[in-house]
Amino acid sequence: MVWQTILDLLESTVRVSPPLIFAALAGLFSERSGIFDIGLEGKMLAGAFAAGAAASVSHSALIGLLVAIVVSLLLALVHAFASITQRGNQIVSGVAINFIAAGATVILGQAWFDQGGRTPQLAAGERFTTVDLPYAQWASNHIPVLGPIYEHLISGQFWLTYLAFAMVPFTWWVLYRTRFGLRLRAVGENPAAVDTAGISVTWLRYRAVMCDGILCGIAGAYLSMAMAAGFTKGMTAGRGYIALAALIFAKWRPVPVLFACLLFGFLDAFGIRMQGVPLPIIGQVPGQFVQALPYILTVVLLAGFIGRAIPPRAGGKPYVKER
Amino acid sequence: MSTPYAKLPAWAEYVLLPFVNVVVAFLVAGLVVLLAGDSPLHAFQLMIEGAFGYGEGIGYTLYYATNFIFTGLAVAVAFHCSLFNIGGEGQAYVGGIGVAIAALWLDRFVPWWVTFPVAIALSAGFGALWAFIPGYLQAKRGSHVVITTIMFNFIASSLMVYLLVHVLKPVGAMAPQTRTFAEGGQLPTLGWLLKLFGLNPGIAPFNITFLLALVMCFLVWVLVWRTRFGYELRTLGFSRGAARYAGINEAKIIILTMMISGALAGMMALNNVMGDQFRLQLDFVNGAGFVGIAVALMGRSHPLGIIPAAILFGVLYQGGAEISFDMPEISRDMIVIIQGLVILFAGALENMFRPALASAFGRIGRSRRDVAAPAAGE
Repeated sequence: MVWQTILDLLESTVRVSPPLIFAALAGLFSERSGIFDIGLEGKMLAGAFAAGAAASVSHSALIGLLVAIVVSLLLALVHAFASITQRGNQIVSGVAINFIAAGATVILGQAWFDQGGRTPQLAAGERFTTVDLPYAQWASNHIPVLGPIYEHLISGQFWLTYLAFAMVPFTWWVLYRTRFGLRLRAVGENPAAVDTAGISVTWLRYRAVMCDGILCGIAGAYLSMAMAAGFTKGMTAGRGYIALAALIFAKWRPVPVLFACLLFGFLDAFGIRMQGVPLPIIGQVPGQFVQALPYILTVVLLAGFIGRAIPPRAGGKPYVKER
Repeated sequence: MSTPYAKLPAWAEYVLLPFVNVVVAFLVAGLVVLLAGDSPLHAFQLMIEGAFGYGEGIGYTLYYATNFIFTGLAVAVAFHCSLFNIGGEGQAYVGGIGVAIAALWLDRFVPWWVTFPVAIALSAGFGALWAFIPGYLQAKRGSHVVITTIMFNFIASSLMVYLLVHVLKPVGAMAPQTRTFAEGGQLPTLGWLLKLFGLNPGIAPFNITFLLALVMCFLVWVLVWRTRFGYELRTLGFSRGAARYAGINEAKIIILTMMISGALAGMMALNNVMGDQFRLQLDFVNGAGFVGIAVALMGRSHPLGIIPAAILFGVLYQGGAEISFDMPEISRDMIVIIQGLVILFAGALENMFRPALASAFGRIGRSRRDVAAPAAGE
């Protein structure tokens, strides 16, 4: 019984984590290049809406995903234009994008589909479906422990989920094993040095923010086309900020990002499942406390009580070329 | 282009440029209305009628503006110290506890004018407390105040749900809210003020908190521009290095600034809790804390700019509610877009039109050589 509960919890963890992973990795690209991004939430929301709207109109999940990426990318470019070209305040720009997305998705959704800010329910062919890996059922019946794990956790996920988990080593590889990644990390620490080497700081940062936009779009598409069948008003529900928290919690490194996202995803799943259920030793935990836990943990981490999170040194500062 | 941006005359810097930015924001918002399939001009007309067309509308406009003056001042004070307090929403929410404590405790025994000062002190106190922790962590542990205040908004929201559901809700009641305050916990309206102008205030909850907001504008001006503390605060905001060199106690200023900012945000709760609903409800702040960011940016972080900016957003809130009667597609969420666009154009892109304006002024200046360039203001 306990085993079944744990397995269910882990299964929901895997369900809710991918958008966090995509969004946190998105923030990772941008912030490691020195551009803070508070706007993960907004880009994800816009992506979710675009995916839901496009998929229901075109009857194609793939087109939904592509439109989500394009819309999120456009918002990322606004952020890039404001914070790189115009040297504006990056946090202000991110906040602006969150509001624009929050308002526009509702207004346009209501005007276009007239369902109270929702997009039409997506049919089976218009959304992502789960992939069953071979022998899942058989393994579950014949192999103890590992069989059910294989059936529930590894098999039967959306292919976007597999993509999310694959993005982690890929991001690590890009960041630490490619020339682009080296330069991206350098431009976040010391843009002047990169500039001296004859590499365009502007172009590098633009590319980093574009990676950010693409990943946020996928995160949004996951929400409205995989986790749910269609967009609902405000469906990101703070996930962009949780992803931001996870990014800080992971100290801006790809592999810890995965674990931070899984931890916060687990807390999310735990909070939903454990509502009103008394736990051994601690007694009944208020659901609100579990909900607030990711934020509390992040504040505690930021305060330096468990390790220390040091952001990229040039983060948040617009680069002005010396003349 | 040795300096990134040319200097503008003061009136262009503080009036013209913000005006241009806001106009562009509204033009883009008009595009969204167009995308939604409505006429932006008609929407604009409806909004102005809804906000100014009759006494009750004006009352509501000023009621909303009161909220935004408080949250705008809160963001502005922190801006002067180059701190970005996104936590106004949470601080106002937690400030509501202070108001509720004062009102629930005193409302049956004393008239409102005894409860009011206590409620002011407690709301400010709770708001300040909620901002103290991020301020302390920024000053002593170097954790970025933006991130911590965002996190504190979420923590506040969970905390308030918990308190309202488990602690403050009267026994046996269903809705997660406190009991309704008696007479002594209800602030008088300023309807008579509107009647002086021959307007009918109707049921608009425009109340005495508005006057408190104006007093706070003045006090913030005194604090920031006319006291030693304000000087230190602005020095620190302008250059951390200079402040350190001048022997200014950085940690103290940061913590105090955040607490003042939080106190101002916390006072916003008075307007809704004691002035309108007469009870503490879930989500009563309803985004007003975030509007403060737009208001502060638009008002250039100066009380004299914040008041008109707050009234503009009051117009948007009240007028936006009216629009939705005639144009069901345009709901209150339109304001969220406008708010975002104002933040984008008056905040992040504030310098976009500066080069064009500067070169225009440069041309005028060259043609009138004998006129000396006016000195910039503060």
